[in-house]
Amino acid sequence: MSYSALALTLIFVLIPLLLSKTLKLGLEIDTIIATVRSIVQLLAVGYVLKFVFDSENFLFIILMVALMIGAATQNARKKGKEIRGITWKLIVTFLTIEVVTQGILIGLQIVPPTAQFIISISGMLIGNSMVLSILFLNRFASEIEGNRDETELILSLGGTPKQAIHRQLINAIKASMIPTIESQKTIGLVQLPGMMSGQIIAGADPIQAVQFQLIILFLLLSTAAVTSIMLGFLSYPALFNERMQMVRPKKTN
Amino acid sequence: MPVYKPALHFKNVSYTIQQTSILKNITGSFPVGKITTLVGPSGAGKTTLLKLCNGLLSPTEGEIYIEDQPIQRMEPIKLRRHAGIVLQNSPMIRGTVYDNLALPLQLQGKDFPRRMAGELLELVGLDPRFLDRNANDLSGGQQQKVSIGRTLANQSRILLLDEITSALDRVSLQEIEDLIRRVNRERGVTVIWITHNLEQAIRMADYAWVVMDGELIETGEADLLNTSHNDKVRQFVKGEGG
Repeated sequence: MSYSALALTLIFVLIPLLLSKTLKLGLEIDTIIATVRSIVQLLAVGYVLKFVFDSENFLFIILMVALMIGAATQNARKKGKEIRGITWKLIVTFLTIEVVTQGILIGLQIVPPTAQFIISISGMLIGNSMVLSILFLNRFASEIEGNRDETELILSLGGTPKQAIHRQLINAIKASMIPTIESQKTIGLVQLPGMMSGQIIAGADPIQAVQFQLIILFLLLSTAAVTSIMLGFLSYPALFNERMQMVRPKKTN
Repeated sequence: MPVYKPALHFKNVSYTIQQTSILKNITGSFPVGKITTLVGPSGAGKTTLLKLCNGLLSPTEGEIYIEDQPIQRMEPIKLRRHAGIVLQNSPMIRGTVYDNLALPLQLQGKDFPRRMAGELLELVGLDPRFLDRNANDLSGGQQQKVSIGRTLANQSRILLLDEITSALDRVSLQEIEDLIRRVNRERGVTVIWITHNLEQAIRMADYAWVVMDGELIETGEADLLNTSHNDKVRQFVKGEGG
């Protein structure tokens, strides 16, 4: 696609701008910022990826993945600032997902160990894992806040922190996994996944595009489960101290 | 005044959270096998004091002793089973009355025979046929009785009660008072009871503590609430209409 053809697609940015202006939604500046940022960021990533792919240097691949994990951690940690050591818990979670999934994919020769595959798949996995982490941390925080009485009751009766937080933890894990499972149920019927569509538009055989998409879907399913469960079990101990008390106790007089 | 053996002893206990001093340098004892009522205005630090006894909170200064053993050195789970607490509006867990009564033993990985659950329900004044009822369908008074039974399932030697009758009608209040007297006399359980109801505090207590603004103002036989020479206590009692 030429840059002039790409420029024409800015019509699709003009539409929301005009609608926002007409209906006084006040979203014009945000829309312009989002457009400029997406152009700059994606073009920059495109050039960086071209450089990394051409260099065939494994160190650059590791640097790219580290950058993704760093950015994902930075974004997700804001939702879990109440949890001690959340930064490291997120890094360990993302790193585990990356190592386990890439280890299986490359180890079983499902995909070749090239920069194209490693970086593209890592981006999808870590991105998905980041969204899952944010969903989990949001839900976990509201579960804890909404069920303090029950947590305190179980502790007061001689339960362990794990017993006291178990129901809230399971609720948060399930709630964060449901969107991934539900979206996979309707895939192909309601929506064609972006990666598959991209491959087909670029001229790939649709069956081959579907095969790659299935790999990604299965990976995302695994990522969803590992992210929520791992982050959950790494996070809950930080809510209690060594005397099995809630670190932020319910306010009493 | 007779000398009582303490079930719990506070020595220079303070509790501060986020630079706010909730309890200040409290020293005193709760007599073993007696009912002690804990009275004072709202915000005086009474609930915090009770939570310190059960280990849900720890003092920021000072020590609390159970039979000469500092509770900070007791294993938290053992402490919480020894000094059971019934908090104001303790929630019912989802499920039946049996599920609630069996909870303390299930937390220890043990079974709670239905026969024992039925006996416990009778002890707290409810029909054993209530066992299969949904706990959240019970009235406030019935739920409070189940809460007390649930705490007693741990065979606690100290029972800490926080305003457990504040939302109850007169009949339920009377039933709960009878139940606590029975538990105290028949099982020898030490009771520490926070109440806003001064008549109840005088009626129920062998011993009383008056806490105001985080400080222990006075302790003694229950009639101190009527006979105190302390101005703050007299003013509080007068204000409460006692």
